Amino acid sequence: MASHVGGLTQTAVRVRNLHRSFSKNGGVLNGLDLDIAAGEFVALIGRSGTGKSTLLRALAGLDRGVAGHGQIAVPESVSVVFQDSRLLPWKRILDNVVFGLRGSDAGARGRQALAEVGLAGRETAWPYQLSGGEQQRAALARSLVREPQLLLADEPFGALDALTRIRMHVLLRKLCEAHRPAVLLVTHDVDEAIVLADRVILLDDGVVRTDVRVDLPDRSRSSAGFAELRTFLLDELGVEEENR
Amino acid sequence: MTTTVHAPPDLEKSTDDRRVVRKRLGPGKRIPFAFWIGPALFLAVWAAGSATGVISPAILTAPWDVAIAFQDQWVNHDLLGNILSSLQRAVIGLALGVITGAVLAVLSGLSRIGESLIDGPIQIKRSVPTLALIPLFIAWFGIGQEMKIVTIALITLVPIYVHTHNGLRSIDGKYAELAETIGIGRGEFIRHIVLPGALPGFLLGMRFAVTSSMLGLVVVEQYNAVAGIGHMITLAEQYGQTDVIVVGLVIYGVFGYCADSAVRLTGRKVLAWRRTLED
Repeated sequence: MASHVGGLTQTAVRVRNLHRSFSKNGGVLNGLDLDIAAGEFVALIGRSGTGKSTLLRALAGLDRGVAGHGQIAVPESVSVVFQDSRLLPWKRILDNVVFGLRGSDAGARGRQALAEVGLAGRETAWPYQLSGGEQQRAALARSLVREPQLLLADEPFGALDALTRIRMHVLLRKLCEAHRPAVLLVTHDVDEAIVLADRVILLDDGVVRTDVRVDLPDRSRSSAGFAELRTFLLDELGVEEENR
Repeated sequence: MTTTVHAPPDLEKSTDDRRVVRKRLGPGKRIPFAFWIGPALFLAVWAAGSATGVISPAILTAPWDVAIAFQDQWVNHDLLGNILSSLQRAVIGLALGVITGAVLAVLSGLSRIGESLIDGPIQIKRSVPTLALIPLFIAWFGIGQEMKIVTIALITLVPIYVHTHNGLRSIDGKYAELAETIGIGRGEFIRHIVLPGALPGFLLGMRFAVTSSMLGLVVVEQYNAVAGIGHMITLAEQYGQTDVIVVGLVIYGVFGYCADSAVRLTGRKVLAWRRTLED
């Protein structure tokens, strides 16, 4: 499953027996185990309230004060893309992208990252001057310019329209092939998971219920393999036939 | 597949601008000379009242008599010196108050220990009238310049603290979360998120602070001052020179108005990243 280099298993993320709960009555994560190989793109799906975001926040180190236990190992450089772009409204786009970045070439790297996401020429714009999709692309540039070993994305395209979303899928796929971070993408959208991921993981009741590899020669939505996998995942999610 | 494009026939070839326009609910575009209109109107009413005798000189000196008194003060009583010495007090006091207020607001805003140490005493200070503190300050600092500057600093510290603290605490928590994932230190967090985020609050505090520094001047210059606008007013009061008192009031008013406008203008420039009804 994980790639082997020089006899060593390159694992980016290792989670063992992870428990998290927000109330005494029941846990959100109940002994979850998960491995993500370096450079692997994993999509995390599941119904609302199954602990997808809780897991992502635990990996991001943003669940201070949440009750629970378990072991988490993540790479040193982790970057998070949120559902909202989270651009600082008082910083221009380039300053947002290079925010916290060290080195004298930060500006040049920021410009290059902006060009990669198709925002060359918008360096001095204020965030409010960008459309929702452009803001999310800037947020993506801010993550990628840090060359993370792990990219955590919490429904990053959830607030975008369908057309923009398709463009963002193509862009994200391209960027990940170029930069090869390990990716954990939380999504509600089964199609998005199949289009983007090497592996789809379905969370249910705080544990991994299904873990499937996406081995499709053709990822287009019209292909037979796509439809088959989609049907399988929707079955696993418990979506009724007539609602698909 | 055939594609048909339906265009409303009467709109097709027209070159004039037709659009649907909704009624504006915000304040709309800026009007020219907005800075002058209100005060000019006020001056006009004052002048008209004095000229027609509705406002008798015993109640309020006519504007032209104020102008004559102004000239007399300027030529014979070193009005410029009075203005400069008041300005100096106000500026030094204001600077001390603003810096202290802002630093305390950041300390108390970012640390729970700082909050428990700082916030209480400042709220207590707020509820004690500064006028009532002056006798104490005289005992501590004497009746010289020190006491005056400390008083003005304390008066201006409070609005800066309250509004900066409020502005800081109103910063969306998700920006702090972002900063945590980016892995920056506290110093950078303060510089890039806390200070710019609290800036709108700070500037509002600044508007209160500049006018309250004027207020403080009036009070402190009644004590053993040898120069200053407050000193001039106190003397005029003793000699019953209403026109000189009004000269002093006009100077306070002009300074206050200019300082406030300067703060608002600065605010418009440095808060260009916001899209509000202000623009």
